[in-house]
Amino acid sequence: MSGFLTALAIMAALAILLGAILGFASVRFRVEADPLVDKIDAILPQTQCGQCSFPGCRPYAEAIAGGEADINQCPPGGEDGIRKLAELLGVDFKPFDEGAIEVKPKSVALIDETTCIGCTLCIQACPVDAIVGAAKQMHTIIASECTGCELCLPPCPVDCIQMVPVGTTVANWKWSYPVIPIKAVKA
Amino acid sequence: MSALFRFHGGIHPPEFKALSNGTPIATPPLPARFAVPLSQHLGNPAKACVALGERVLAGQRIGDADGRISAAVHAPTSGVVSAIGPHAVAHPSGLLQDCIVIDSDGLDNWCAPSPLPNWQDAGDDEIRTFLRDMGVVGQGGAVFPTSLKLGVNTLEQLIVNGAECEPFISCDDRLMRERAGEIVDGIRIAAQLMRPRTVLIGIEDNKPEAITAMRAACAGSGFEVVAIPTLYPSGGAKQLIRILTGKKVPHGVRATDMGVQCFNVGTLYSLKRAMMDGEPVISRILTLSGDLARPGNIEARIGTPFAHLLAWAGIQPDSEGVIMGGPMMGFDLPSLEAGVSKASNCLIAKSRALFPPRPPALPCIRCGECASVCPAELQPMDLYWFAKAKDLGRAQEADLFDCIECGACSYVCPSQLPLVDFYKFAKDEIWAAERDKKAADRARMRHDFRQLRLERDKAEKAQRLAARATPAPASSAAPDPDKAAAIRAAMARAAEKKAEDSHAPAKTPLSDDAKRAAIEAAMTRAAANKAARESAVSTAAAPGDEAKRAAIEAAMARAAARKAAQGAAAGAEAGATPVAMPASPSQPKPAIDDAKRAAIEAAMARAAARKAEQGVEVGAASAAMPSQAKPAIDDAKRAAIEAAMARAAAKKAERDAAQKGDN
Repeated sequence: MSGFLTALAIMAALAILLGAILGFASVRFRVEADPLVDKIDAILPQTQCGQCSFPGCRPYAEAIAGGEADINQCPPGGEDGIRKLAELLGVDFKPFDEGAIEVKPKSVALIDETTCIGCTLCIQACPVDAIVGAAKQMHTIIASECTGCELCLPPCPVDCIQMVPVGTTVANWKWSYPVIPIKAVKA
Repeated sequence: MSALFRFHGGIHPPEFKALSNGTPIATPPLPARFAVPLSQHLGNPAKACVALGERVLAGQRIGDADGRISAAVHAPTSGVVSAIGPHAVAHPSGLLQDCIVIDSDGLDNWCAPSPLPNWQDAGDDEIRTFLRDMGVVGQGGAVFPTSLKLGVNTLEQLIVNGAECEPFISCDDRLMRERAGEIVDGIRIAAQLMRPRTVLIGIEDNKPEAITAMRAACAGSGFEVVAIPTLYPSGGAKQLIRILTGKKVPHGVRATDMGVQCFNVGTLYSLKRAMMDGEPVISRILTLSGDLARPGNIEARIGTPFAHLLAWAGIQPDSEGVIMGGPMMGFDLPSLEAGVSKASNCLIAKSRALFPPRPPALPCIRCGECASVCPAELQPMDLYWFAKAKDLGRAQEADLFDCIECGACSYVCPSQLPLVDFYKFAKDEIWAAERDKKAADRARMRHDFRQLRLERDKAEKAQRLAARATPAPASSAAPDPDKAAAIRAAMARAAEKKAEDSHAPAKTPLSDDAKRAAIEAAMTRAAANKAARESAVSTAAAPGDEAKRAAIEAAMARAAARKAAQGAAAGAEAGATPVAMPASPSQPKPAIDDAKRAAIEAAMARAAARKAEQGVEVGAASAAMPSQAKPAIDDAKRAAIEAAMARAAAKKAERDAAQKGDN
């Protein structure tokens, strides 16, 4: 009987001790931010375009992490982005809703500088500060920083901004996937 | 003679060197037109520093180095700059790249040479700048700016690469045979700058004449010429270092960190020409081989179109395309209009006999032959599987980037798989993903900063407002009864006017914006009245010139207000126009766009009205006599009214458009 009691006492003491350690660790080593949001945010293309109906990439990442949004709402990320999100979250790949979005080639905005009236509205709309200019001064886009989100198009009162697709140059040209021609052989 | 080491793998492809190495280096006639690429080196392309139509002399700098990793380019002959812009270049993509096109005047006049005679005493920086401006880059294939490689001065071994292992190519062979003295001078310069303990010159033993010539030129210098066994790819930098020193350069480590630096003989030759003779890199030795009537080596000016050289060497009518570089690592030239660059070491005209079509690829049979010949000790079959499956992460984990693309695996593959094409594809995909990732990170940073800035501005503004609000009650405890009355009166007037003038908004309540604008306008008027009263009191004693000036200023204010009013009216008209156009009811989108545009124009009208008010405020404040200030106020009123009308029209248009959209 006493052996049984001793065992019980030891187990109880262990449980209290380990519980205390765990409790201490949960307070001491608390992770402030949700690491999942960061991981999702790292996959998103950071165009900050709002096409997902959230005001930016991070809010969308938070919505995905919170289970409020689907993973197929980011057109700039493309199907590749959906695939990566599916892999990260351990869910099935989900294609874009039919007709919901059109995947466009990567473009940057271009301001027609002869038409620009210097109203600064596009500067206020740009989520990445990629437009330089001042009131009544001509504006221009820093092409290397432009994410192609198109958020500067609607506010322009004179419609002087257009999206120009980024063409292939020697600098960003890629070797294509090798295609091995297959010849039909008579059986 | 030190003991030699062996690198892993390697192959013995047929050499075909005898085709071109028997004749001395020739100088073909200059073409009428040169196309000098601005990007002939690793790093940033050079920046053109000549204007269109400018006369240039041979050796004149026409492109400045841009940034640290870059090199200058020079005019290959005298003539006129006839174009600066996209032109065909020697690149597998066939894409155009910026070139400077020079129409030769046929005189080939040179500019004065600018050597660095006291290079022994010159500082590191001076030498680097000099070499960069002379356009000296590595001619072994990577075209890395030489100026960046000379910075190290604690070197154990300086390796001179004369291996030239690839079939067909014999330009280094001829250079060593004919100009060994100048190469050794170049080695002396490099050795002086880098102070290596030993200098080893590695030459494959299939070039006995070159070995003899180099040994003779090196006599008494302490440099050691080492004949190495012929084995492809012994000319790869890491492979040659392994053969001569026994050192294996591990993944992610530069040879320099292990006390070894490697230079091609062609690079050292151009180094000598630049330093001692003041001649920038405007030519290089180029092998013309393959299906030609007169194969051989030539000293080709940079920018000479390939077509010109091939025609001179007698390209055969049955040739099928031209390879730049060797058959193992070179690529098919998409255009023969491109000019010779500092990387062009060989042109091979393909014929069916020399280059029979590759048999169709079959599935990998996992024989492991590729792994046994890989000089980088990789597992090419794994890399192939990963690249084929686009599993780029695992390809990278399998040290894909240690692959030197020598082509030994493709050469031995019994299934004739184009293995290197897969590796090139995978590498480019990884680079592209890396670029995208960097761009995304930068965008995230910029977005976060913008959010932070907006928050900060908001907080600062709130603080300012709070600071202004606190002392206010103390100073103006008793509100000005006159002012308050004036404001009320003005508001009443404005409301009346609006009710009269605008029939449509009379039925609908005024929008917040319109109300706010009206209040603001009234307040401005009141302020102007008060200012006018005050100034009338203060300037009553000083009439004459003061009064005249004030009158002029008031007139100017009036003019400004009128102009603003016109602007507002124009805005209103423009706002009305798009709605007048029939919007198809089946398409809701354009209607929405119209509404948006109308809203924007209303906003512009508002802004114009506000501006007009401000103008009046300034003008009225400086006006001396109340009688002069009054018409200005009337103008302001008219402007405000007109702006309000414009707003109303825009609002209506918006509503109409929305209705149409709903329909």
